[in-house]
Amino acid sequence: MWGDPRKGPLLLVAMIVAALPLVLPNTFYFDVAIRIYLNAVVAVGLNLLIGYAGQISLGHAAFLGIGAYASAILTSRYGWPPVAAMLVGALGVAVLAFVVARPILRLKGHYLAMATLGMGIIVYIVLVTESAWTGGPDGMAVPAFGAELVGERRWYWVAGACLLATIWIACNLVDSPIGRALQALHGSEIAAQVAGIDTARYKVKVFVISAVFASLTGSLLAHYVGFITPQLSGFFHSIELVTMVVVGGMASTYGAVVGAAILTVLPQLLSTFEGYELVVFGLILMLSMIFMPKGLVPNLAGWLRRS
Amino acid sequence: MLSEFFQFLFSGITSGSIYALAALGFSIIFNASGVINFAQGEFIMIGGMVTVFLVKLGVPVWAAAPAAVLAAMAVGLALDKLAIEPARNAGVVALIIITIGASIFLQGIAQVLFGKGQHALPAFSGDVPLRMMGATLLPQSLWVIGVTVVIVAAMWWFFSRTLTGKAMLATAANPLAAQLVGIDTRFILLLSFALAAVLGAVAGIIVAPITLTSYDVGIMLGLKGFVAATLGGLGSFAGAVAGGVLLGIAEAMAAGYLSSEYKDAVPFVLIILVLFFLPRGLFGARVTERV
Amino acid sequence: MALLEVRDLDMVFGGVHAVQGLSFEVAPGTVYSVIGPNGAGKTTLFNMVSGIYKPTRGRIFFDGEDITGKPPHALARRGLSRTFQNLQVCMNLGAIENVMVGAHLKLSQRLLPAMLHAPWLAKADDACREEAARLMHFVGVGRYVHAHASSLPYGALKRMEIARALAAGPKLLLLDEPAAGLNNTETREIDTLIQKIAASGVTVVLVEHDMKLVMGISERILVLDYGKKLAEGSAAEVRSNPDVIVAYLGGA
Repeated sequence: MWGDPRKGPLLLVAMIVAALPLVLPNTFYFDVAIRIYLNAVVAVGLNLLIGYAGQISLGHAAFLGIGAYASAILTSRYGWPPVAAMLVGALGVAVLAFVVARPILRLKGHYLAMATLGMGIIVYIVLVTESAWTGGPDGMAVPAFGAELVGERRWYWVAGACLLATIWIACNLVDSPIGRALQALHGSEIAAQVAGIDTARYKVKVFVISAVFASLTGSLLAHYVGFITPQLSGFFHSIELVTMVVVGGMASTYGAVVGAAILTVLPQLLSTFEGYELVVFGLILMLSMIFMPKGLVPNLAGWLRRS
Repeated sequence: MLSEFFQFLFSGITSGSIYALAALGFSIIFNASGVINFAQGEFIMIGGMVTVFLVKLGVPVWAAAPAAVLAAMAVGLALDKLAIEPARNAGVVALIIITIGASIFLQGIAQVLFGKGQHALPAFSGDVPLRMMGATLLPQSLWVIGVTVVIVAAMWWFFSRTLTGKAMLATAANPLAAQLVGIDTRFILLLSFALAAVLGAVAGIIVAPITLTSYDVGIMLGLKGFVAATLGGLGSFAGAVAGGVLLGIAEAMAAGYLSSEYKDAVPFVLIILVLFFLPRGLFGARVTERV
Repeated sequence: MALLEVRDLDMVFGGVHAVQGLSFEVAPGTVYSVIGPNGAGKTTLFNMVSGIYKPTRGRIFFDGEDITGKPPHALARRGLSRTFQNLQVCMNLGAIENVMVGAHLKLSQRLLPAMLHAPWLAKADDACREEAARLMHFVGVGRYVHAHASSLPYGALKRMEIARALAAGPKLLLLDEPAAGLNNTETREIDTLIQKIAASGVTVVLVEHDMKLVMGISERILVLDYGKKLAEGSAAEVRSNPDVIVAYLGGA
């Protein structure tokens, strides 16, 4: 079991998730753990797009925001059951991602960065402006997921289970012919096409998958926190999500998990640098990319192999 | 009716001038290095903020403005030397994050030094509006447009008439060949950051009396400059200027005639529509990929 | 009936005629070579036949079907594979995964079984891996089965590309200068390999600028010069063609 490179680390993460509640002192720490797990779900999904398929998105927070607001509006205004709202939100995001993906993913490099960034900002401005629906910049309250699912200690297990399921699915996908096709179109798009891979279709596919992961997480996050604002879909949040993928290590599912953990804990740690949060955060972003452009996990793995 | 149109046109050309200067900065750095400098908007912020604070300290505007330009230039040089050059071999995504990190860092510094509030710079030559074709025009708008025209002309002269400017163009076209004929491409890169910082700072100073300035003013201005540069086709200087002015006009018209709430969304809707049909912008090169 | 038929093909790049009025046919089960000096339009021809470029004019038929302007992945589905003069290798994958990419169309592309690690899919993937290893041995790079693509030497990458093309089980294999950049020993080995591939029933179209390599193994040879057909025929016919001697051998 440990020898299998796919199952070993998953088992390790499962054990950490299972054992952590024994040592977490209070609900504050549970809250941090939940946010790490949920962010990791988005990062693992986004890593399929950025790390494996090599396509940048600077607007993925938009999908997270749409999922969150779909859940919030459908449950609070129309009394929908949360699960139904969450699935409809994810379906809506899948359709939106599918429609924008084909023209957007034809673009390369910086043009793709521009288009995804633009899409994200448009969604953000819509959420801010349509205040009759969304409460505008002040945000809106979201009902609880259910009578049983309240409190950090219960949400902990939901978030943990989601993370493990996501890692499992992502690892399976990477290991499959589809995952190989995604990596091939990253390595050489021409070679992939000549091998029979419809690269445009595959890019759309992975874009939609990663968007759906973000949407589902957005729904869960909305219900868990109980209050959402458009910042959830803002440019800065999109950058945070990309940074999770890159800091942890591109094309490494566990790297994305590590990156999510770092980027979630960092702001908490930085709150001690009162007034200097932005300075330190910016500095860390720059330094980590200058000295570890491949990300933490691949660098560590290389270091372990050498020693 | 027509006076309304001219009102929107004037305001569009004014903000378009700022976008054009920002877009020129993007294109200059992109040409020299292939890097999209997401910290470009911070040069605009530095230009405005430093001038405002020097003026508040009693320094006259004619001395404060050049000092702010020099400050932005120093930041631009430091950005290249300390963050971009050490990461020359990093991928596109890593470089995007480095420049975004720099942008956040600079905002943080500005926040610490100048606080979170909004600041105004007095207009250069009064606030008495001029009347033109039924529309009103602030004297400061004329400053913005005039300075932009002068700078664009100076840039044109620099790139077409000076050896250094031509060396920069050569480096953009083919860095290796440029190196082989003896061009110091690292110096070109440094120069491009200095130039982009100057353009940004000037834009920030001339627009500060109209829009107010604050530590986070660079984000939106920078992103719109990126839109303008992309609209014109990344790396094309004429495209950057045209893209900037076009963007300003489109934004002002849409805000005036359609919806002022969605004013900030206009550039992004526009760029996505343009990229749908012209994947390399309006004036970008049509290339066939070689295999 | 010809397996590949090219009719009046033209390709113009901004005023430059890279290929002009070119027609030829390739019979199934043969080795057909296209030769000519650098810049004669050989690679442009390949890029059109494999769907990477859209021809300015003319038609291309494969197996009786008009495939002009169809994208590369659609041609792969119909049994057309190729290699590249300037390697197109996925350096982010292992050598064997590169070969397995070639077998993409033989495996299920459904999402759900892939996400849930369906046992039948895993089994098919394992079989694909074995087949890829066999092909790597067949082309002579068997010792790199466990290596990462980025660690392979140039000559091995060229062969690995051939294995990748073969993994698709093609009817027609386009080899773009398989011997370019190789030394004499390696060139002779490629020679033998092409003959082995042809013997296994795959039709081969070969682009080379080294005339010696193609003479021994080609049923028919097409000589290109400035994008136009200069001569076509058997090795003996081409070799004795006065136009070829003047243009290609430089009157030597």
